[in-house]
Amino acid sequence: MSELQAFRQETRDWLDQNCPESMRHSAPGGDEMCWGGRNYKFVSEDQKQWMERMAAKGWTAPDWPTEYGGGGLDKAEHKILKEELAKINARSPLDSFGIWMIGPALLKFGSEALKQQHLPPIIRGEIRWCQGYSEPGAGSDLAGLQSKGEDMGDHFIANGQKVWTSYGDKADWMFCLLRTDSEAKKQMGISLVLFDMETPGVTPKPIKLISGSSPFCETFLDDVRVEKDQVVGEINQGWTIAKYLLTHEREMIGGMGMADLGGKSLGQIAAKTLGLEHGRMRNPLLRGEVAKWEIDGACFALTAERVTDEVKSGHGVGATSAMLKYYGTELNKRRFETLLKINGSDAMVWDGEASNGGWLPRTWLRTKGNSIEGGTSEVQLNVIAKNILGLG
Amino acid sequence: MALVLNEEQQMLKESAQGFLAEFAPVAEMRKQRDAGSETGYASNLWAQMVDMGWAAILVPEAYGGLEFGHVGMGQIVEQTGRTLTASPLFATAILGVTAIKTAGSEEQKTALLGAIASGEITTALAVDETAHHSPTQISMTAKKQAGGYVLDGAKRFVADGCTADKLIVAARTAGDAGDVKGISLFVVDRTAAGVEVERTDMVDCRNYANISFNNVEVSEAALLGAEGKGFGPLSATLDAGNVYLSAELLGIAQESFDRTLQYLKERKQFGVLIGSFQGLQHRAADWWGEIELCKSVVLKVLQAMDEGDAKAPILASIAKAKLSEVAELASNEALQMHGGIGMTDEYEIGFFMKRARPAQTMFGDKSYHTDRFALLAGY
Repeated sequence: MSELQAFRQETRDWLDQNCPESMRHSAPGGDEMCWGGRNYKFVSEDQKQWMERMAAKGWTAPDWPTEYGGGGLDKAEHKILKEELAKINARSPLDSFGIWMIGPALLKFGSEALKQQHLPPIIRGEIRWCQGYSEPGAGSDLAGLQSKGEDMGDHFIANGQKVWTSYGDKADWMFCLLRTDSEAKKQMGISLVLFDMETPGVTPKPIKLISGSSPFCETFLDDVRVEKDQVVGEINQGWTIAKYLLTHEREMIGGMGMADLGGKSLGQIAAKTLGLEHGRMRNPLLRGEVAKWEIDGACFALTAERVTDEVKSGHGVGATSAMLKYYGTELNKRRFETLLKINGSDAMVWDGEASNGGWLPRTWLRTKGNSIEGGTSEVQLNVIAKNILGLG
Repeated sequence: MALVLNEEQQMLKESAQGFLAEFAPVAEMRKQRDAGSETGYASNLWAQMVDMGWAAILVPEAYGGLEFGHVGMGQIVEQTGRTLTASPLFATAILGVTAIKTAGSEEQKTALLGAIASGEITTALAVDETAHHSPTQISMTAKKQAGGYVLDGAKRFVADGCTADKLIVAARTAGDAGDVKGISLFVVDRTAAGVEVERTDMVDCRNYANISFNNVEVSEAALLGAEGKGFGPLSATLDAGNVYLSAELLGIAQESFDRTLQYLKERKQFGVLIGSFQGLQHRAADWWGEIELCKSVVLKVLQAMDEGDAKAPILASIAKAKLSEVAELASNEALQMHGGIGMTDEYEIGFFMKRARPAQTMFGDKSYHTDRFALLAGY
């Protein structure tokens, strides 16, 4: 047996013994996703055990180095772990901006002290992170941010306002962009800093969206003390890291794929809802719209596959994260507009059991944000035009 | 299978690119047109392609071919889209080979496939009878008589119909227009008695023919495959045709894009390069993204055909629908972004549009394949 085969067998056996039965189907969303953190309330003993057991093996962050508590798996092993998890339909033991975003940035840019301080609690699900990037006056033009960090010697005093802080009211720590040199050119005076959300002067407030409740907050910073040893990378050099994280975020949003429609395709839902006549869906115009969406959806999925294969085989990347983010989010918006038409007035029922708590209209409205968050579609087109096509 | 080319396929792509750029650039197409060429291509060009083995790529080794596969052939055809190169490659080495390989008897395969691979014969596929592709609507008849059949009816827009040695003809031995059953395939000499070939000048300057079959008598040996069961192999042949038309359209869309991007970086108005205008940048970026989608689906369906994947037919319709849409977008955007010069015959960019539309239309356009996709998907 090769080493990889042995690893697969060990993994399978371990999962068999350690993944609780109730964790072997996908989480229905919301609270059943495990976010960890100081204030997180597990929905079941199984959920708690699953996270803790995986964390103890380092498999909440399978490819991070073992010295910080990660799994230390190489690419092939990581792939095997993913396959074995998928095989038993195991849900993610821990969803975390720590694992997805600030962790990778710390691994790449952070000092040894910062890695040792922050990575282990992220892996163990003890600290939940949020992102302090956008501001009321700095959305697409992120580098125009105005929240200031005033240099006080061994620390900064931060003042300003952040917006679109996902789960700002539930997070324990924030990674945050501050302007630490107001004299320097726009991109040059920015630092990426870390601070505890319990620090005096940090006030997150939830934002209600057109889709109803949301995970977003605005976060006010009033004379918040930020230690200088909590700056990631060099002071005033945070923009490079910020851009790295934005690419990461773009890939994450682009790669999230489409919300599951109960395992059914758009065409199947349309055919069932509207009925067939001589083998074709009633309402030929809508049928065309559905089919057109499915054709584009198939081409997009194949493109995501091709990009992954190109990276794996060492070819240059054809499409980039900007293209996938742009097309994927626009496609998702179109998909929900089509679903709305398929369901007619039923699609606009906002509440009640029959409508599953207004799932469709709320999700439809939420998709409108897909092409705004993480860089608008227009910004993605700018990125493609400038970086790939070389149009100045 | 990973969605990337292997080394051999990459090499074939590059050698095709080099060959076509040297011997069959867009200027060659203009030359043929201006000379009023009957064939639309230079016969020595086809001889060179045969020498390189291009006619043999899809022919099994057992019949004297190279059996190099669809992904490889797809790379060549994509390049012919970039150079707008007309040749018998499509009607003979793709349609002819696929039909004979799928439907033919051992004798027919031995006799015909080897002759195609060595460049001895060319073929054409005669299917459509109206201006709209609709293979189930075939009404041309083939009546059985002692020792053979009598063919009666007319075919339109037969690619290479003016030049092919052998016509592969779909006709009814039973049933009525609309029936899938009862369609049979025949191999008929273009010069047989009663075959009347009329050249049709079309927008892309290639050779197409309207062909009348006036009580053409053929022997039993002319029947390709089982009587009345021709629709299966015909569909497989049309799928292959649509996949390669998609590959060609990819080349057309890509070349239109590359030339336009270059123009955006050269042309100045209001004292600046027009590529600095965001109104054009966003359109170019969106267009580029659409071509990325096209590359993925074309490669996928070529691989699916090589693997004998049961999804090949639905993928063929996805590809043809998508590529028809994007080729239309590409040729229109190319023309618009070139402005007035794009409207002139002297400039080449308009030629891409004039080849794209017949390629889009042949064997079913976007609406045809969107409908077929939905039917195959169960709605």
